Amino acid sequence: MKKFWKTGEPYVLATGAALAIVLVMTITLIGTVVFNGFSYYWPKELVRFELKDGSYALGQIMQHEKNPINGDRRLQLKVANRDVFGQDFRWIDEKEITTRTLPADAMLLERREHGNFFGFLMGVTAEGLDFPAASTPNQKLELALKLVATKNQATRKIKDQMSDLNNRAERIRLKLLKLEYRDKEKNSSEIAELTVEREKAMADFNALNEQLIAARAGITSITAQFLDVTGAGKDIAVFDIVAHQYPNSMSFFAKCGAYLERVRELLLDDPRESNTEGGLFPAIFGTVMMVLLMSVFSLPFGVVAAIYLREYAKDGLLTRMVRIAVNNLAGVPSIVYGVFGLGFFVYGIGGSIDSMFFPERLPTPTFGTGGILWASLTLALLTVPVVIVATEESLASIPKGIREGSLALGATKYQTLTKILLPMATPGIMTGLILSMARAAGEVAPLMIVGVVKLAPALPFDGSFPFFHMDRKFMHLGFHIYDVGFQSPNVEAAKPMVYVTTMLLLAIVIVASSTAIYLRNRMRRKFTTSTF
Amino acid sequence: MPQNQQQIDTTPILSVSDLNLHYGEAHALKGINLDMIRHQVTAFIGPSGCGKSTLLRCFNRMNDLVESARVNGSIRFNGAEVNEPATDVISLRRRIGMVFQQSNPFPKSIYENIVYGLRISGVNDKATLDEAVERSLKSAAIWNEVKDRLNDSALGLSGGQAQRICIARAIAVNPEIILMDEPCSALDPISTLKIEELIDELKDKYTIVIVTHNMQQAARVSDVTAFFYLGELIEVGATRKIFTNPEKKQTEDYITGRFG
Repeated sequence: MKKFWKTGEPYVLATGAALAIVLVMTITLIGTVVFNGFSYYWPKELVRFELKDGSYALGQIMQHEKNPINGDRRLQLKVANRDVFGQDFRWIDEKEITTRTLPADAMLLERREHGNFFGFLMGVTAEGLDFPAASTPNQKLELALKLVATKNQATRKIKDQMSDLNNRAERIRLKLLKLEYRDKEKNSSEIAELTVEREKAMADFNALNEQLIAARAGITSITAQFLDVTGAGKDIAVFDIVAHQYPNSMSFFAKCGAYLERVRELLLDDPRESNTEGGLFPAIFGTVMMVLLMSVFSLPFGVVAAIYLREYAKDGLLTRMVRIAVNNLAGVPSIVYGVFGLGFFVYGIGGSIDSMFFPERLPTPTFGTGGILWASLTLALLTVPVVIVATEESLASIPKGIREGSLALGATKYQTLTKILLPMATPGIMTGLILSMARAAGEVAPLMIVGVVKLAPALPFDGSFPFFHMDRKFMHLGFHIYDVGFQSPNVEAAKPMVYVTTMLLLAIVIVASSTAIYLRNRMRRKFTTSTF
Repeated sequence: MPQNQQQIDTTPILSVSDLNLHYGEAHALKGINLDMIRHQVTAFIGPSGCGKSTLLRCFNRMNDLVESARVNGSIRFNGAEVNEPATDVISLRRRIGMVFQQSNPFPKSIYENIVYGLRISGVNDKATLDEAVERSLKSAAIWNEVKDRLNDSALGLSGGQAQRICIARAIAVNPEIILMDEPCSALDPISTLKIEELIDELKDKYTIVIVTHNMQQAARVSDVTAFFYLGELIEVGATRKIFTNPEKKQTEDYITGRFG
């Protein structure tokens, strides 16, 4: 036995076991997220339960568990119809159930408001729409949906015009503010002109708004009649229906189609229902743009600082202290950076920019409030130590002989740096960038106080001049997880969204770092094909 | 015989007088006086730590990179003082090339390695560069081995080839002197032999100063040998004389392998 310990074998086993535990935990974590995230959009069957007390329930089975009070098995049913039942979920004791059936005509509706509706379609009423004589309710619904979609197209056009007008009015308003601020007397003619222009824009806007309201009324008058499982009737405007399915009678391929449609919606659409439904496009966009902006700031700064520290600074007490400070900066809690960002960037620099360039708009802040620029800068500050350390390490790992070889050929220090050292250090610098991007994408706490919001009205990048709107607030997947999972009024219904968002955030981090790792490995191959 | 000697130009290209070097407190070179003659191979021999590499690195001011090094005394290169703040180190290093103990090809193609010295001095004309590559690779006796793969990475070469690439790289900028700091110590006997033959050919065009641990090598390749011990120049003279009939007891002991 003693001999066994002496061989060192147990220690090797222990290291292997430690690795295995870490792997199992990681796989469990990622597996849970991916499984729940992927399965959320699969159309689940609608089960109808007949209970012992004679009542019925229709819904999707979410989970089974032991009732903590009496120890009986019970199941959680998503019954939806929040506006009718008051809540989306209910628990049913399994011994209460007499029969379970899968009614083929049970319909799942995704609505713009009040969550899903589970029930049975009875008919459709639409003024001015003649249905073919022998059409079933479902065919009628399809026709009504098509009609609503075409009508909606028209309202969307009106809406676009209105938003253009609104933007124009706003621009004129800001111009007016500026003119009035500078010299009211001198610019009076121009002010009058602009005022007229603005009033005209607003009048046009109001006219369009009337049109929109009328068009909307025409649309919402088209309704479908449903019965819920209790037998009560329910009228739902066809306009409110986002999607409808008969999950119990769908074929596998139909389910796949529905699934892909939901994924498309997730990736490309805006959120609905205080973010618990709909897509995540603004959050995905915000996250990616913020991380890219952050890289643009932190990479050059980090690399330049590291070059100075390693190549030019004399190795003295000061250099060593700076180095220690940089290393410690990486360990400062991120919320501290958030507070610093708020005080320094938002109120300090942003406030100064406002008072210098946009004094006419005050007290409404332009840059003096959280925005994507300040959030990116704050995160750049947070990740710059990582870049500095990685760059320094990779510069330090270049053999002395290479530097001397270059200098001995008559190269200046700067030429040696740019032609030999930096290309050789690039893989290491990329490693630093990868780490910093992963950290920045996952950071939430500091963002909450420097520019992330629950719902941003506009993307930080769009078609209106100057395209990049650095002052705008933005949405972020990490914050979305927190907000949807823990701040939403209906946490239970939002749970799947949390998994989906988490999976997307992971996917973004993995895609970003894999790309960077691929690039780094290509470079590394270039610099290390040695055959000694 | 006397007629032959008259043809040789005996003005020293490098002349060291009363050179002292300190690394912090340590006195590494003590009052060195030494002349190196044009188109001759001068070998520095001596046990490890005797200062021979340090002296070599004084010639092209590589000791500037060592913060603790302080150099006093005079080194004259073609009559101009090397060891002066006003000296243009960049052009000095272009005229005095150096080959290191460990071959140090840059992580670039063979071609780019050779033209590196020219490119950094602003030469970018393709024809000139091509010509320099062929000339220096031929001079370094490696043209036939690499002419078909000039665009391959120089890191893929064997140790001996890489060292000859480094020699070619030094030659490409047309220096007057080539300093070699134990160029063969990391190489196998066959590669060593090739480099020694190369040194023999190169001395027609260049002045060579070589540091070596290998006394047979010094005897084989050099015209003049200088023996260093503990930072002092013990003896310098024609190689044949040093190896057959040294004046100093220490030199004889070292050469015969009694110490060192």
